[in-house]
Amino acid sequence: MELELRGITKRFPGVLANDNVNLTARSGMVLALIGENGAGKSTLMNVLSGLYQPDEGEILIDGVVQKFPGPGAAIAAGIGMVHQHFMLIPVFSVFENVVLGVEPTKTGGLLDRKKARVEVKEISEKYGLAVDPDALVESLPVGIQQRVEIIKVLLRGARILVFDEPTAVLTPQEVEEFFGIVAELKARGATIIFITHKLKEALAIADDITVLRDGKVVGNADPKTATPEVLAEMMVGRPIDLVVDKTESVLGAPVLELKGVTVTDDFGRPYLNEVSFQVLAGEIVGIAGIQGNGQTELVEVITGMMSLAEGTISFEGADISHLSPRKRHAAGMAHVPEDRNESGMVGSFTVAENLILDSYYTEPFSKGGRLQRADIATSAIGLVEAYDVRPPHIENTGSALSGGNAQKMIVAREFSRDVPLLVCSQPTRGIDVGSIEYIHEQIIRKRQEGKAILIVSTELDEIFALSDRILVLFDGKVVAERKPAETTPAEIGLFMAGKTT
Amino acid sequence: MSTPPIDRQPIESYEVTGKRTKELTRRQIKKARITGIVMFVLAAIVMFFLAPAAAGTSTFGLSFADETIQLPPLSVPSQGSLWVLAMVLGFLGATQFFRGFQSRTTVILGIAFAVFVFSIMVWATAGQEFSLISMLVSTIARATPIALGALSGILCERSGVVNIGIEGMLLGGAFTGVVMGSLLGGWVGLLAATLTGGVLALLLAVLAVNFRVDQIIIGVVINILVLGLTSFLTAQVLVKNPDLNNAPIFQALKIPVLGDIPIIGPMFFDQTIIVYGMFILIASVTFMLFRTRWGLRTRSVGENPKAADSLGIKVAKVRYLAVVYGGMVGGFAGAWFTLGTVGRFDEGMTGGRGFIGLAAMIVGGWNPIGAFFAALIFGFSDSMQQKFAVIETPIPGEFLAMAPYLVTIIIVAGLVGRARPPAADGQPYEKE
Repeated sequence: MELELRGITKRFPGVLANDNVNLTARSGMVLALIGENGAGKSTLMNVLSGLYQPDEGEILIDGVVQKFPGPGAAIAAGIGMVHQHFMLIPVFSVFENVVLGVEPTKTGGLLDRKKARVEVKEISEKYGLAVDPDALVESLPVGIQQRVEIIKVLLRGARILVFDEPTAVLTPQEVEEFFGIVAELKARGATIIFITHKLKEALAIADDITVLRDGKVVGNADPKTATPEVLAEMMVGRPIDLVVDKTESVLGAPVLELKGVTVTDDFGRPYLNEVSFQVLAGEIVGIAGIQGNGQTELVEVITGMMSLAEGTISFEGADISHLSPRKRHAAGMAHVPEDRNESGMVGSFTVAENLILDSYYTEPFSKGGRLQRADIATSAIGLVEAYDVRPPHIENTGSALSGGNAQKMIVAREFSRDVPLLVCSQPTRGIDVGSIEYIHEQIIRKRQEGKAILIVSTELDEIFALSDRILVLFDGKVVAERKPAETTPAEIGLFMAGKTT
Repeated sequence: MSTPPIDRQPIESYEVTGKRTKELTRRQIKKARITGIVMFVLAAIVMFFLAPAAAGTSTFGLSFADETIQLPPLSVPSQGSLWVLAMVLGFLGATQFFRGFQSRTTVILGIAFAVFVFSIMVWATAGQEFSLISMLVSTIARATPIALGALSGILCERSGVVNIGIEGMLLGGAFTGVVMGSLLGGWVGLLAATLTGGVLALLLAVLAVNFRVDQIIIGVVINILVLGLTSFLTAQVLVKNPDLNNAPIFQALKIPVLGDIPIIGPMFFDQTIIVYGMFILIASVTFMLFRTRWGLRTRSVGENPKAADSLGIKVAKVRYLAVVYGGMVGGFAGAWFTLGTVGRFDEGMTGGRGFIGLAAMIVGGWNPIGAFFAALIFGFSDSMQQKFAVIETPIPGEFLAMAPYLVTIIIVAGLVGRARPPAADGQPYEKE
């Protein structure tokens, strides 16, 4: 089936999310749609899947104009979305998830479970998507959950498959498997749209690449000839240096040391199991791993937001295992949290207020229990300028900033203090390439100043670009330690998937 | 904690490696010690407080006088049996303390509490005769509005709408049930009660689904509104027209053969139509929720409305239906208070049973059958309080009246946290 979008325009109050977008995807072909966050990829796909109505333009399938008043209509027309955040129900079994909405029934609305299982089996055998129909979805690894999503859209007769950032949560091995699935679908004549911001993947799998920027199509690229640099420049609109420059740094004394740190949940099941490592002054230690293997808990136990069950954490030689987060912060620990909206800032506070969230109680911001507005503003203006937060209005609320600028604001707050340890969790998740470049520069600058830095990231590229040493966290344990020069992403990927040394 | 749930390793994997099992055992030992001590304390209470005060024999009646098959009453020497029961508790406590029952701990703890409750009964009836069978029968009867209230909550919450207005639905059903029952007979009253619950639930659905008002607030509003309205109407209308507050009562319907089985017969097969209705509803809602297309869709909306929406399921419609069904069950339950027992309405006569139903729902893990068993515990404690108030016991009546609520607190505090509510429970769904 051939899909064509003609002049799609979608406006939101104050934002032109899609501006006269044209694109074509043909049967047996993979079209990669690349663009930064906020470039309008998701809006376009929501238009395609019937969740949004376009203000202008039309959608054509095999030359026929389509109208999608709702998701049901798009599904009926043969469009299947595999969302970035899986649309699965964790407590349902695989077959329940797959047939939901198109359930085979016996008389009286009784679910025909036998038939449902058979339907799932048929599709999974036909496309080589092995999965147990009776398994509970929440017990499956993410890669298998993705297969369930794919089976779901195939069962609904989808011939145009839209994958939204499908590799974001996969290990390198799972990405390979996923590419295999895509090739199989392609060979069977499906039309595939692959939305991503990972340029290498777009180049590896696509037959054609369309680049979106600020809601507009800025061009097409041929994956046979294009390079990541060219694509990045098209995406951002200016030349981008994809390589992080790093010089040798002088290693100093251990700043942070974890010894046998164990963290458990309320029932005594471990999140972290006897984790031990050091971070030296002038060193960047990268924690690699698939989300949910203890990274969140590791950062929270270091910064004092979770209590540990066993083990000790020392900071510059002193035991801080049971200090409060504020005391750790005062002792000299900066923390860029994993989720900027949940724990990095207060969305309804102004930029100036967000910039003193950690130090509002100290001079010069507070005197005699009263906030010193003038000093706060002066400091904020300086930081916003120094850390390139745009727009540079300190009276804007935090939630009015784009992801990248909000993250830069948080980095400004945390990095502007001269402290020996920086803990950065997912420092560049979901932000634009320009901001990523900027934040990476700041992290390297801190390293050159001789600070100890711990980076937790699910982006393997980021771990490799920044780290002096890589630790792999799997199931709450450190399962491997490597220098980036002495390993490959493939090897680290195996450790991330649970292979032990 | 902000870890996305789907990425978490399955719980089973923690028991694979030896190290972790050891870790678990250490915690289990600690837990075993604590529960062991609790059992010792119970044993000590039975031994040193109950046993010395119990003289004579305790006699428990097991059959009603009019039954075809008569069981002889169960007579036990009070003091001797208390000693034995104390020893059983002590033995359980010691085993738990030193060895631990591990995965069976909860069951053993339940048995220990049952033994303790039985000890109290033996002590209270020392030297007297006590109709155990009538207490068991009334346990079922009193569990009925609680189980139905819980079912009402389950229907709503499985679709993602929190319903704390069950109390109001019970009260509303009780009121219209008696008025319509007085005018047009019991069956019309029952129908009116059911519809009243449905109408109140419709209010909940409109505000919660369409206007996305905080669901806790709506529930509180429904409770206060119905309490105020029924109290007003009682004072203004029912007092002046006593004919409107005098409905026929549904009599117990004995099912042939099954009703003649000793103990089980009177408990389960010689009850009113409302109690039978409760059994039928528990069974049919369980079947519908877990075996039909309607149930699958309802549960999907309560777990992940966005996913359901992306598959073309109409979230608002599914929620409306589930909430209104839930309300109708609540209204039906309300009829128990008037048409099922006394035939007249009193202000605030539901006495918090709706909230206890909510507790039963949680204890039962949002599952109708689980909720029914939880309701039985509450019904038992309710019924025990009633019976003890009649026979002379040294326990003050006010304390006995507290018993069902105390049991609620103990059970909810002890068991909540294990059960997992529907993931989207209480969250309004807004289409992007």
